[in-house]
Amino acid sequence: MALDDKHEADGRVFKVVGTRPVRPDGIDKVTGRARFGADMSMPGMLVGWVLRSPHAHARIRSIDTSKAEALPGVKAVVTRKDFTAESDDVLDNCMAGAKALYDGHAVAAVAAVSAKVAKQALKLIAVDYEVLPHVTDVDEAMKLDAPVLHKDKTDETVPAGMSKNVIQRFEYGHGDVEAGFAEADEIVSRSFKTAATHQGYIEPHACVASMGPDGQADLWVCTQGHYMVRNVCAPMLGMDIGKLRVTASEIGGGFGGKTTVFLEPVALMLSRKSGRPVKMVMTREDVLRATGPTASTSIDVKIGMKKDGTITAGWAEMRYQGGAYPGSPVQFGAMAAFAPYNLKHVKTIGWDVVTNRPKQAAYRAPGAPMGAYVVESVIDELCGNLGLDRLSVRLKNASTEGAKASYGPRFGKIGLTATLEAAKAHPHYSAPLGPSQGRGISCGFWFNFGGDTSVSLSVNNDGTISLSEGNPDIGGSRASMTMMAAEELGIPYDSVRTIIADTSALGQNEVTDGSRVTFAVGLATIKAARDAITKMCSRAAKVWGIDEDAVIWEDGHAKPAGPNAGKFPPMSLAEIAAQASNTGGPIAGHHEVNAEGAGVSFATHMCDAEVDPETGAVKILRYTVFQDAGKAVHPAYVEGQFQGGAVQGIGWALNEEYIYGKDGRLQNPGFLDYRVPVASDLPMIDTVIIEVPNPGHPYGVRGVGETSIVPPLAAVANAVSAAAGVRLTELPMSPPRVLKAIDTARA
Amino acid sequence: MVKVAIWGSLRVATEGRAEVEVDAKNLRELLDRLADAYPGIKPQIDRGVSVSIDGLIYNDSWFTPIGRGSEVVLLPRIVGG
Amino acid sequence: MTQIHVSTTINGDAGEFLCEPDETLLDVLRDRLGLTGAKEGCGTGDCGACSVTVDGRLICSCLMLGAEADGREVTTIEGMANGETLHPLQRKFLEHAALQCGICTPGILVAAKALLEKNPNPTETEARYWLAGNLCRCTGYDKIIRAVMDAAHEMRGA
Repeated sequence: MALDDKHEADGRVFKVVGTRPVRPDGIDKVTGRARFGADMSMPGMLVGWVLRSPHAHARIRSIDTSKAEALPGVKAVVTRKDFTAESDDVLDNCMAGAKALYDGHAVAAVAAVSAKVAKQALKLIAVDYEVLPHVTDVDEAMKLDAPVLHKDKTDETVPAGMSKNVIQRFEYGHGDVEAGFAEADEIVSRSFKTAATHQGYIEPHACVASMGPDGQADLWVCTQGHYMVRNVCAPMLGMDIGKLRVTASEIGGGFGGKTTVFLEPVALMLSRKSGRPVKMVMTREDVLRATGPTASTSIDVKIGMKKDGTITAGWAEMRYQGGAYPGSPVQFGAMAAFAPYNLKHVKTIGWDVVTNRPKQAAYRAPGAPMGAYVVESVIDELCGNLGLDRLSVRLKNASTEGAKASYGPRFGKIGLTATLEAAKAHPHYSAPLGPSQGRGISCGFWFNFGGDTSVSLSVNNDGTISLSEGNPDIGGSRASMTMMAAEELGIPYDSVRTIIADTSALGQNEVTDGSRVTFAVGLATIKAARDAITKMCSRAAKVWGIDEDAVIWEDGHAKPAGPNAGKFPPMSLAEIAAQASNTGGPIAGHHEVNAEGAGVSFATHMCDAEVDPETGAVKILRYTVFQDAGKAVHPAYVEGQFQGGAVQGIGWALNEEYIYGKDGRLQNPGFLDYRVPVASDLPMIDTVIIEVPNPGHPYGVRGVGETSIVPPLAAVANAVSAAAGVRLTELPMSPPRVLKAIDTARA
Repeated sequence: MVKVAIWGSLRVATEGRAEVEVDAKNLRELLDRLADAYPGIKPQIDRGVSVSIDGLIYNDSWFTPIGRGSEVVLLPRIVGG
Repeated sequence: MTQIHVSTTINGDAGEFLCEPDETLLDVLRDRLGLTGAKEGCGTGDCGACSVTVDGRLICSCLMLGAEADGREVTTIEGMANGETLHPLQRKFLEHAALQCGICTPGILVAAKALLEKNPNPTETEARYWLAGNLCRCTGYDKIIRAVMDAAHEMRGA
């Protein structure tokens, strides 16, 4: 990796990037005009409802839909039989086949003239279940006598003699951990558990599907990736992907939970069978029971440290359950847990396990928060045992440029040390604490990536710009694209309008995830703008009768490159645009790329908490986020990502959990008992944006959306442990758990 | 020849070796030749991998060049949320 | 079941509609009157995304029946701006970047407006507790509270 300190953006004076303009979709969102998934209607529309299994594990012997089909007002009934495409886990999850694998698993669906009729029809569908024993706990599921979900999904990495619920084994690291532990002055071994949590987006899944008799279909859907929806649904319906046109609505939150499909193939099938548009909207109960929460985990970790604070070895064995199908994010937890530290000896083992719970979906840095929780908790404990400063120890062991990451590659330019130093210098670190109060610190890491991206930038006749991109805007990214286009072209922000085009308008676009949009779509936007600039310079060259190479672009104008090129007054973008038809035709720039070169993002979080020793209740007093953004295009939206991720982590640490009864049914499928943070739970979330430019992006941008959820679990746990005087090893740290830990320690 | 780092649980397919050598000029050749030389790795490659080349992560770009001195690390397919 | 005839005033305009006895006010607003600004986030009164005011009182429209609106005045997010002129709260939300995905924004704006009508000079704590019934998953509430306090400051004529 080149250790050159220069970045192509060094010394560049940005005019738009780094400011805080109002976002283009803002007015619609503050007036109620913006259209989200459930805000669409089509003429002749039917309403679709799903019948869900009340059993955690059952063989489906038969389904009799005749009475439902006969009910007046019912226009179509769908079961798995209607899907003749080759089976895969995503399809099986959308509509159960031979077995219902979790409480809430879809088994049938109806489309009717009203919700009332549809719900009546569901009651008339007779499903003959053979109820089977179930298992919902990850450690229980690994036992040889546990009920088995799938007989044949275990892969070649799992040793013989293990339960068939164990699907895959991962191992990472380097060096010799035993030798490392032998060098340690202090070793801490601990076991931790974290509960499953949900992304908690306020907008339930919703879509309207309309399939015509000619087999062409339109789908309106709230999603993080409408190209993904098209590419996944079309084969399930036996269609060419070009025949399915998907439009992304505004999206009311995703965080990874909307990077897959649940309702959409079912809505399309109902529309095909009924010959009418079908609207489907999930209830909150459906969302919690039957979309994609993240994994619950059981982790053992062991870390050794010398008296001088050097970490000599790190080891962890991580067991994650990803619901009823393979694919928990254990490998990312195993790769990312020790990533902030430059270790000579490190080893992590990960097990992917299935249980009778809904199929997991990505949740903001999937798998990493749990890994950071356990590692950062033990480092905190070691610092306490050895009487060492928690920031100094992290600085001492911090990964830096050239260090070998725990998951293999050597790091390029990274900002971890910068975040730690900013934390150390911040007034929060030296603020005094009162009784029953404690301070916790944690570092965190996420990979970020690029992926397929297509952007088209059209120059309108009046000199304004229409920018089309294909990534649903979940955090304000349209504003950032607009800013980057305006910056490159040298025109005002208000001259550019960015829209999210439907799937028929652009080439493939990877889902909005992986913290990729500002990086990848931004990079494509900049290159599309540069492409348009090249074309506009060529038009100016024609008009002036000089060589293309003799024209440059500056401040929104084409100019002769030097005095030898000729004495021509600059031509503005608007002037060139007005003459486009005369000089060759409409002008547009575009860029299609599988973007690579995403930079990793590190953060340090600091949390002050107070514990009420009589009730076990925790109050967050103060919270500061220090994170490397590479280059903050729109600082307010970068701050927003820092704050939002931190608060989701606070909820995960203190209150949120999936609670299953002995019957395997979800006991808290609503916002009353699945308790996410509310405004009165929290203080202001302070943020410090660090900028260590990413060499792979023209402005230095690094993704920021995910890293911010990685440190809070440990930052809060360390603060609570300090405040309570006892180490908490199970999340969430709800009042009963905290109280129990305090009482146990007292005894 | 290019050196490729193999993660722990895949080393059963490379006789326990943490690093193997493959003759490859780009990402596609790398994955094809790894699968040929070490058939035990093929199922994981088919399931999906990312490749880190000199610290940058690549998912599917077949013609990404790999220089002789490059640091190449095989990784599970990285997805986000 | 026969439908019920309801006469009401919505955002200052008198109107009538028919609805089922068991239809919520939220369903009526969204599906019969085309006012999709109020959102259903939970259907059980826990998230506040459906917030409207009825006779000046802040309520969750998913917990009220459409038929109960008879003879009452309902105000929704669609009635907050005055033509092209945004309410100070709406302006401040944009200035402070107090929204990311925007799904909770209508409910929070309606709730915040009700707060400032009742208490034009709330402390940060009072604002947080008043808005505790409006869930936001994207912002962590920081910029929302700042926007509300700033709007209150402006509306007090400072």
